Amino acid sequence: MAVTIEIPTAFRRFTDGAPKVDCSAATIAEALNVLTSRFPDLGRHVRDDQGQIRQFLNVYLNEEDIRFLGGESCTLKEGDRVLLVPSIAGGC
Amino acid sequence: MSVNYELRCRECSKTWGNVPRSFCEDCFSPLEVAYDYDALKTIASRENLAGRDFNMWRYSELLPLPEDFTGPNAVGGTPLVASRKLASRWGLKNLYFKNDAVCFPSLSFKDRVVATALSAARRFNFTTVGCSSTGNLANAVAAQAAQQGFDACVFIPGDLEPAKVLNTAVYGARIVRINGNYDHVNRLCAQIADRFQWGLVNVNLRPYYSEGSKTHGYEIAEQLGWRLPDNVVVPMAGGSLITKIAKAFRELVTLGWVEPKPVKFFGAQATGCSPISDAVKRNLARFEPQKPNTIARSLAIGNPADGPFAVKQILESGGWAEDVSDPEIVAAIKLLAETEGIFTETAGGVTTGVTQKLIAQNRLKPDETTVVCITGNGLKTTDAIAAEFPASEAIAPRLDAFEAYLDAHLGTAAASAKA
Repeated sequence: MAVTIEIPTAFRRFTDGAPKVDCSAATIAEALNVLTSRFPDLGRHVRDDQGQIRQFLNVYLNEEDIRFLGGESCTLKEGDRVLLVPSIAGGC
Repeated sequence: MSVNYELRCRECSKTWGNVPRSFCEDCFSPLEVAYDYDALKTIASRENLAGRDFNMWRYSELLPLPEDFTGPNAVGGTPLVASRKLASRWGLKNLYFKNDAVCFPSLSFKDRVVATALSAARRFNFTTVGCSSTGNLANAVAAQAAQQGFDACVFIPGDLEPAKVLNTAVYGARIVRINGNYDHVNRLCAQIADRFQWGLVNVNLRPYYSEGSKTHGYEIAEQLGWRLPDNVVVPMAGGSLITKIAKAFRELVTLGWVEPKPVKFFGAQATGCSPISDAVKRNLARFEPQKPNTIARSLAIGNPADGPFAVKQILESGGWAEDVSDPEIVAAIKLLAETEGIFTETAGGVTTGVTQKLIAQNRLKPDETTVVCITGNGLKTTDAIAAEFPASEAIAPRLDAFEAYLDAHLGTAAASAKA
């Protein structure tokens, strides 16, 4: 599936400044793997030493946090948007 | 360095100086303000406080403020209420309520964090400030932005309580309502901070903002006579406040202002949004995000950014976390009002209800000193309890009508008390 990964400013120094990266992938995991193999320096910023998505990096498929969609194995369809967003919070 | 602090990553410890940024660009973990405590010891002392007013600025040396900063408003300095009735009912000898329901100027503890955030906004030359908010924060941003001459633009979930929206609108702030819950609003604000040159207090100013919470902890220690309590019960949404109270206590020990003492931290959430208490109770390595469904909307953050730190703080201190249902929240709001004369919002109902639960579980011991943190005012969430108090029928302005009323409502005992 052709999908678009939106890159936050902080990560663009690893993507040659590109704000969006188009790729073909069937799952979120695959999309992230395509991204980090295309931009290897980004790899350690996306995944920790155990290979898990970093705790403070939130990944969204369109409007939804992927943790509500079964995690990174969730499947993609044509035209989906994948967002990488740092974790922040208000409230108490 | 002319100031004694800078931003440091909480995970990889990389330092970033003082910039408007909330996360480490290397590992995406949150940044926080780290201090040179040896330098602070030479300039900060308890004796310095003697001539200062009782508000949060009395602790200025311990906050990340620009040089020559003067607090523009009397934020904080709220009462520590020694409980009589609830202490007796619950069998605790030393129970206190730290009452930020009366925090100046907007009646929640969020005034403290906005105060330090706006000092940073001015330092970084932002002219527009804003926030993602469950309500209280928007109130605080709007009020203090109006006072200090910033333009304010706040982002809130579309279903927020009308009183909280009104309490922001009245100050002239621009309000952008978002179709979605707080976590949606938050994600949008992260993207806005990435795109616009705005000072979003809990996004790109977050490290400076969250330091304001420490003053809630400093005040507790000072009001206890420069002692730390045995237990603190703290409401949790994003999970920041509980970690900042812990930081405040650690700093007071480091500076020698209080004797070292183990303090147990207890976290309170609503069952309808309890990712942090769930993680504590199930001993999860990572919390699981939730879709909030609770009347405690100021705590309705299903994806708490400081959740991992809150879980760690609670478990390492030997504390615990609990949660209460919506009916329990309403009952606890009424209980606190009827016994201590404190009218708190739903978040305070959560904290009070959880305290009751922790006592039933024998986690708070009778001889220990326990402080319960009340963070917001009941006038903001009257919708949540309005159904408990249906309007009574009006009576005629005549004495016989009043006597009939007494007979009908209080029976013969009241009637016999007539002069």
